[in-house]
Amino acid sequence: MLMMSLITATAMVVIAMCLNLFTLFKGPDQPDRILAVDTMYINSIALILLFGLIMGTSLYFEAALLIAMLGFVSTAALCKYVLRGDIIE
Amino acid sequence: MRFLFPMPFQSLVLFIVWLLLSESVEPGHIVLATILAIGIPQMLRGVQVNSMAIQKPFLALLYAIKVFGDIVFANFEVAVQVLGPSKNLKPGFFAIPLDLKGEFPITILASTICLTPGTVSAEVSSDQKWLYVHALNLVDEAETIEGIKTRYEKPLKEIFGC
Amino acid sequence: MNVYVELIVSALLIMGGLFVLLGSIGLLKLPDFYMRLHTPTKATTLGMGALLVASMIITSVRNGGLSAHELLISIFLFITAPVSAMMLAKTALHLQVKIAENSRNPELADTAKQQEHPAQSEKTEG
Repeated sequence: MLMMSLITATAMVVIAMCLNLFTLFKGPDQPDRILAVDTMYINSIALILLFGLIMGTSLYFEAALLIAMLGFVSTAALCKYVLRGDIIE
Repeated sequence: MRFLFPMPFQSLVLFIVWLLLSESVEPGHIVLATILAIGIPQMLRGVQVNSMAIQKPFLALLYAIKVFGDIVFANFEVAVQVLGPSKNLKPGFFAIPLDLKGEFPITILASTICLTPGTVSAEVSSDQKWLYVHALNLVDEAETIEGIKTRYEKPLKEIFGC
Repeated sequence: MNVYVELIVSALLIMGGLFVLLGSIGLLKLPDFYMRLHTPTKATTLGMGALLVASMIITSVRNGGLSAHELLISIFLFITAPVSAMMLAKTALHLQVKIAENSRNPELADTAKQQEHPAQSEKTEG
């Protein structure tokens, strides 16, 4: 039962990521695309965690943590770039 | 003591985070965590900002639990609103007059508004007197503002003593 | 693994998956940017929270003892989600993206962009 629900959850996250990819192409504005990327990195954290659980190892945990940190910084940098036209002032 | 720990709260957070990251309480890890908890704040001494101290830690804990409960329960409400037809939704902006003073308490209030479903804080006026918020379904503006003020702003005012 | 534990973990996993999916559906479906901003920041925090709690329970039961390092990710997401949401809102205000027609007080977007006080007539209290 646990394996079933793990795989179902993974499938849901994968569908969510496909929808995000579609939003990323559709736009229509810059903030929409940034938001789509932001959601996508959070979903990829979920995907990596679920993969680690299916494989039965906690090796992937560090990768998830790194994606969480870099993803936040990249969202902030993209927003700053659109707002000011520059990242480091 | 003051020299060793210029930022006591941040030192504690660093200590706990290192232990969580290495997932053990062996003596070696505790020694390393202590070194990091003392060393990193020492290096960052120059960029220290005088943030407002929490006056009542117990109330802060209660506040965190209340906000967490709100996040979990109100999320289901927003889920129904999102899945339903979006024509029925009445989105809208509104501005909250702020009684809080200081950057840190306002940041906490804005984050709380963001985390509780249905509202996203968008901007603060330059003199920190008004907080602009966007709501997904704004039925009664005055009631929503009153709700945020009594439920979140009042406890924060007590916690930070301003 | 205990049957009850397995039941709780499965429920958490399905709930987490559903909320993550809901966030993306909302992102695709809602009519304007400010409304779209609501779903990922919230549904995803709760979805991720549920998935991370499930992961915590599974690793704790598998390896014996408490596994708490998933807490780090959830705390980190809970701290950063409002910050990125607010930065995105600021960006949208700056670019003056389209606001849905049935919105209330759309003129507040302009005053918010200028970081000024709302007009006196807008005041609902005191």
